[in-house]
Amino acid sequence: MTSLNIKRGPEFARILGLGVFRGENVVPNDDLIEPINSSDEWIRKMTGIKTRVRAAAETSVIDMSERAARDAIAHAGISADEIDAVILSTITHPHITPGGAPVVADRLGITAAAWDISAACAGYTYGIGQADALVRSGSARNVLVIGAEKMSDWVDPSDRSISYLLGDAAGAVVIGGSDTPAIGPTIWGSDGSGAHLIRQTNDWITVRDNPEAEFPTLFQEGPSVFKWASFKMAPVALEAIEAAGVTPQDIQAFIPHQANVRIIDQMVKQIGLPEHVAIGKDITDSGNTSAASIPLATERLLRDGEAKSGDLALQIGFGAGLVYAAQVIVLP
Amino acid sequence: MADKNEILAGLAEIVAEETGLDAAEVTLEKSFTDDLDIDSLSMMTIVTLAEEKFDVRIPDEEVKNLTTVGDAVSFIEGAQN
Repeated sequence: MTSLNIKRGPEFARILGLGVFRGENVVPNDDLIEPINSSDEWIRKMTGIKTRVRAAAETSVIDMSERAARDAIAHAGISADEIDAVILSTITHPHITPGGAPVVADRLGITAAAWDISAACAGYTYGIGQADALVRSGSARNVLVIGAEKMSDWVDPSDRSISYLLGDAAGAVVIGGSDTPAIGPTIWGSDGSGAHLIRQTNDWITVRDNPEAEFPTLFQEGPSVFKWASFKMAPVALEAIEAAGVTPQDIQAFIPHQANVRIIDQMVKQIGLPEHVAIGKDITDSGNTSAASIPLATERLLRDGEAKSGDLALQIGFGAGLVYAAQVIVLP
Repeated sequence: MADKNEILAGLAEIVAEETGLDAAEVTLEKSFTDDLDIDSLSMMTIVTLAEEKFDVRIPDEEVKNLTTVGDAVSFIEGAQN
């Protein structure tokens, strides 16, 4: 009987390096309130956001991805040609095909396997789950995971549901082999019955066939999303902690998707995280940058000294789909 | 099953916890938004905690119909059956 060779990888994987790129322009609430007939005070009260970062017109998802990726690779201390897979999570790269990941790989001077994933605000933690499995199975020595979004291209400035929350940024990490466990099991899933809660207003075929259909933008049923994220994600986070074989007391940083400060605060309460845990709240300055938000918040905690390399962090992404993924990781 | 008074007392406790208001201020005729200054996100928190407390389901699309505390008490009372 014919036997096939299979690959085996290292027993463990870890995040080796992190890089981020924030959109060049810092946009205060006051710049966005007129079309939504609102106020700086209202936006701060409902979301905690003071400013959001938005990219210059000429800056693309690919450009931001490349910038974040270069920093992540340098931080990891490897060369780009040691990367065997590039995963780009984005919902705002403006092409149905080709994906953005091969273009990013080419800019980095490599021909690694490269593909995009569409898991919205959970895309980064989905990517970590995939990369962890790829490394440990021997399918890739190192994996570059990028979350990059230019959300500002897909907003209706007069929309009161989501437009004013969104920012543009990219975050990237390199995942490679490790001598010790540094990425806990990924707890993930979906609930497609809530697919309508965060959505694109018009699909492309409608736009093509109906001259009155407007260019598609993002919309959310805010209160329903708040309820789902605040209360349904806490059990997922607790499952990730348990699966990693640790307790909330062992966690040093909590880095959820930066959707809304009030969601983050409610999650902290529902999970029952102890006082000592540093909470990622980069949303106050960067806004909700979808797949980029967790790496951005991670970078901020490390830069501000609220968390340090080697700390245990609980991260959870959740968003349109509905989809979610959580894992406990060792910070790079 | 909780009666109307028990539901009001339980709901008042939840509202007090979420808003910092005195539970005694949470009476049947009070409007959640106009009188108690509860915004749409706080309302979802109150609804979720009420669902847990009274073991009922309050659909998201129903929340907009719950204008007053009395509306919520009546809905919860009916949903228990």
